[in-house]
Amino acid sequence: MQWFNVVLQGVLIGGLYAMFAAGLSLIFGVMRLVNIAHGDLIVLAAYISLIVTQAMGVDPLTSLLLVVPVMALIGYALQRGLLNRTLGEDLLPPLLVTFGLSIIIQNGLLELFTADSRRLQAGTIEILTFQVTQSVWVGALPLIQFGVAVAAVAGLQALFYKTALGRAFRATSDDQSVAQLMGLDTRHVFAMAMALSLAIVAIAGVFLAIRTNFDPAIGSARLIFGFEAVIIGGLGSMWGTLAGGIILGISQAIGAQIDPGWQLLAGHIVFLAILAVRPQGLFPKVSG
Amino acid sequence: MPDASLLEVKGIDAFYGDFQALFDVSLSVDAGQIVAVIGANGAGKSTLLKSIAGLRHPHRGEILFDGTPITDAPAFDVLNRGIALVPEGRRLFPSLSVEENLLIGGQSRRPGPWTLARVYELFPVLAERRHLPAPALSGGQQQMAAIGRALMSNPQLLLCDEISLGLAPIVVREIYSRLPRVVTEGLSLIIVEQDMMQALRAASHVYCLQEGRVALQGPAHALTRETISAAYFGV
Repeated sequence: MQWFNVVLQGVLIGGLYAMFAAGLSLIFGVMRLVNIAHGDLIVLAAYISLIVTQAMGVDPLTSLLLVVPVMALIGYALQRGLLNRTLGEDLLPPLLVTFGLSIIIQNGLLELFTADSRRLQAGTIEILTFQVTQSVWVGALPLIQFGVAVAAVAGLQALFYKTALGRAFRATSDDQSVAQLMGLDTRHVFAMAMALSLAIVAIAGVFLAIRTNFDPAIGSARLIFGFEAVIIGGLGSMWGTLAGGIILGISQAIGAQIDPGWQLLAGHIVFLAILAVRPQGLFPKVSG
Repeated sequence: MPDASLLEVKGIDAFYGDFQALFDVSLSVDAGQIVAVIGANGAGKSTLLKSIAGLRHPHRGEILFDGTPITDAPAFDVLNRGIALVPEGRRLFPSLSVEENLLIGGQSRRPGPWTLARVYELFPVLAERRHLPAPALSGGQQQMAAIGRALMSNPQLLLCDEISLGLAPIVVREIYSRLPRVVTEGLSLIIVEQDMMQALRAASHVYCLQEGRVALQGPAHALTRETISAAYFGV
């Protein structure tokens, strides 16, 4: 029963990792851009939520109504104003520019908010729990978080395969120059993809900041969790990304159960093992 | 020839790096006209079409569409103004279904006669296979889908780059037999072909490119095989 609890908690935290990963996966899939600043953008979203909750006196989940569109706008502007100029045959320029962006965001947050740890207070919902069995309890917040993650992945999947915007994403990903010939302004398509990516980052950032303390330097660890979930799941499949996040979450939970010092190590080991045995990930995009 | 042509290419030069692909090329297309551009491999035919479609921009010269300069317009803008290119090698989007490929072409929302239903009427085989991924089609069917995709944007001018390349003669004949129906909808066509006879049968006016220059041009019926061969091979 103890192990059931461990796995259950791992699954629930996996939803958060999947949200870290979904935006990364989306951006790489559409424009082959590896966004090194992804983790710092998650932290930025947490700070924006902090400002909104303090200034307007709302709880963090309500602040999402503002944080999501703000982050989406930042994403659109970032892509149109900066990142589109770095895209080309070479993968290195966007890598370097987003690395620089990561440093700028970290230091900018440090100047504005100092290195003190912060936390978003969600109120009574944080301590609300349900009893599953005699010895297993589940928190309301992890459940909501997992539900939101599944909804986000399902929403992205539907957007990709059922809407005109998703069709434009896939067409642009297939062949940029023909996409332009068919009337798609790829600069706009890329900017929409980045806006969507940062909208998910906003949700992930707020849930992260309710769950745990944050300061300007914690972004890079979240970037790694995101990368690991993407690679485990396999590029190009959103459900694979969710599965990747869950596997990472379970691995960390089991590692922590064996020895608290093994939590992160266990996640990395499982990631490396899957990378070695199945480099294309567990659920790669079916070609065709 | 009337004063205002639909498309007017005026003396363009185009380069790939240091290599000059087009030298002072001029060409005009009237509304409802089919113009053929023929020439050997490497004569600059595809470069000319890409320059018109906005994928490349000429270093010198001017391109006017409906009297408006489009010389430096990006490709998506050129499409929205009414010029669609059927690219060489078809280049359907492989991860999209046949129908999704057609719908991408229709996303420009230009008004006009072409809809999914009309494209399926023109190429019935596409209707049967509309939910298949594009790479599952045969070469000829892929070419039909590529033409349909371009038509879905309701262009005024359709540019066809080597639509017979790699296809069986019977399939080529079938595709060419549909072109007159396309023109009756008010379209103009530029057909680029290495297959000279196919182009001559379909077109009313012919331009022959040789090493990036217009070597010969004239109404299709006025050109003899001998003069064209001379211009084509440069003998």
